Amino acid sequence: MIKSADIVIIGGGVQGCSIAYNLAKRGQKNIIILEKNTCASGSSGRCGAGFRQQFGTEMNCILARESIKMLERLTEELDYDIEFNQKGYLILAYTEKELAQFKKNVQLEQSLGIDAHLVTPEEAKEIVPPLNTSDVLAASYCPTDGNVNPLLTTFAYAEAAQRLGVKLYRFTEAQKIESEHNKVTAVLTNQGRILTNTVVNAAGGYAKEVGEMAGVEIPVYSQRHQILVTEPVTPLWESMLMSFSRNFYFQQLPHGSIVGGYGDPEHEIKGHDIGSSWQFVSTMAKKMTRLIPVIKNVRVVRQWSGSYNMSPDSQPILGEYPRLKGYYMSVGFSGHGFMLAPVSGKMLAQCILEEEIDLPIEKLDIGRFERGELILEPSVV
Amino acid sequence: MDDNTIICRCEDVTWGEIRKQLDKGYTTLDEIKRITRAGMGPCQGKTCQRILLRAIARYLNKKVEDIPISTFRPPAKPIPLGTLAGEKDD
Repeated sequence: MIKSADIVIIGGGVQGCSIAYNLAKRGQKNIIILEKNTCASGSSGRCGAGFRQQFGTEMNCILARESIKMLERLTEELDYDIEFNQKGYLILAYTEKELAQFKKNVQLEQSLGIDAHLVTPEEAKEIVPPLNTSDVLAASYCPTDGNVNPLLTTFAYAEAAQRLGVKLYRFTEAQKIESEHNKVTAVLTNQGRILTNTVVNAAGGYAKEVGEMAGVEIPVYSQRHQILVTEPVTPLWESMLMSFSRNFYFQQLPHGSIVGGYGDPEHEIKGHDIGSSWQFVSTMAKKMTRLIPVIKNVRVVRQWSGSYNMSPDSQPILGEYPRLKGYYMSVGFSGHGFMLAPVSGKMLAQCILEEEIDLPIEKLDIGRFERGELILEPSVV
Repeated sequence: MDDNTIICRCEDVTWGEIRKQLDKGYTTLDEIKRITRAGMGPCQGKTCQRILLRAIARYLNKKVEDIPISTFRPPAKPIPLGTLAGEKDD
């Protein structure tokens, strides 16, 4: 086991691997990633694969827009086919209140250069021919949203980082973060102690625990989200279908399988239980067959689940902990960590290397909760 | 077993594709599954997982029982969405 490192990243998910790659790309040496299992074995590899720019806050819109610009070039940059597929998100409005919110969102998105627009139910049906548009008042559509394989994206970042000299330690669990005079000094693992002055918490669902290892209180919690996948079938439609009021998202992937889920923050288990429930699969099947009746004979082959790491305002917490020098966080993505990983990895690398940061990372610091400067996102599933 | 031998019939994954990942250092069933899709199809590895475990064990010169298996998840066999939704048969 290595005895010292310039930067120790805890978590070999898409965040940790993107941060490592972005640091190494800027010339940083002696970076290591500690992964207690294998890459993408946590939330990154369990997510719904989608990326979207249709949000209700300027912050999320800008982060997503920049992230997607990076995703568009990632297959080439990382020299790995990550199955990038840009076929749009169609978000359905079922209530007047929702439609009013979408009008505001679209105005905001367009002002930020995102090509989202409202479409009628008839136009929605042209985009997704098998769609049942009953009760649909309108929809918000952005053709540059889409999906990309989250497993391959994580492995692509991990391999590219390793080609640049990053060392990945699989099956190596961080257990304690030591400090002296409010400065990080070492990370204790199940394989030994590593001296370092810089540690990055990119632990996804375990962000809170990796905070506690250093005595840092991070206001996040993990909650189970469930998802299912069907057998692959002939191409039926291309866009992600989503609704906030009826609570679902599902899409057919280029591979032919249909993947989707819904959020249930009131009833879903908080903590680290990622089992599967019958309630989820039967409810989700009702939502899917109601919206796309033609898929009723398509068979579900697997359901699984993963953790959302929720922050108080559903936006990530990025940057250094103000009372512990050298302790950085990239946590609390609240279900959007995979799609934001290209941009958040770059922002965090810039922050650690004290470079000028292109995006307003200071507004995403942990101090915003004490200051009462929350950025509440209205458009989440 | 040569490189063209199909290991996962659902997803058409050959031994050559799997060996390539083993050569790269991916030595667990989960990593190989996540990269190549072996075991992700309609049978969910009920056919190929044993074959894959034996192939990995042989490659690593380990015993089959020392290779951790993947998590099995519901449903036990593929079920149509309409049935799960509680629809009556036509």
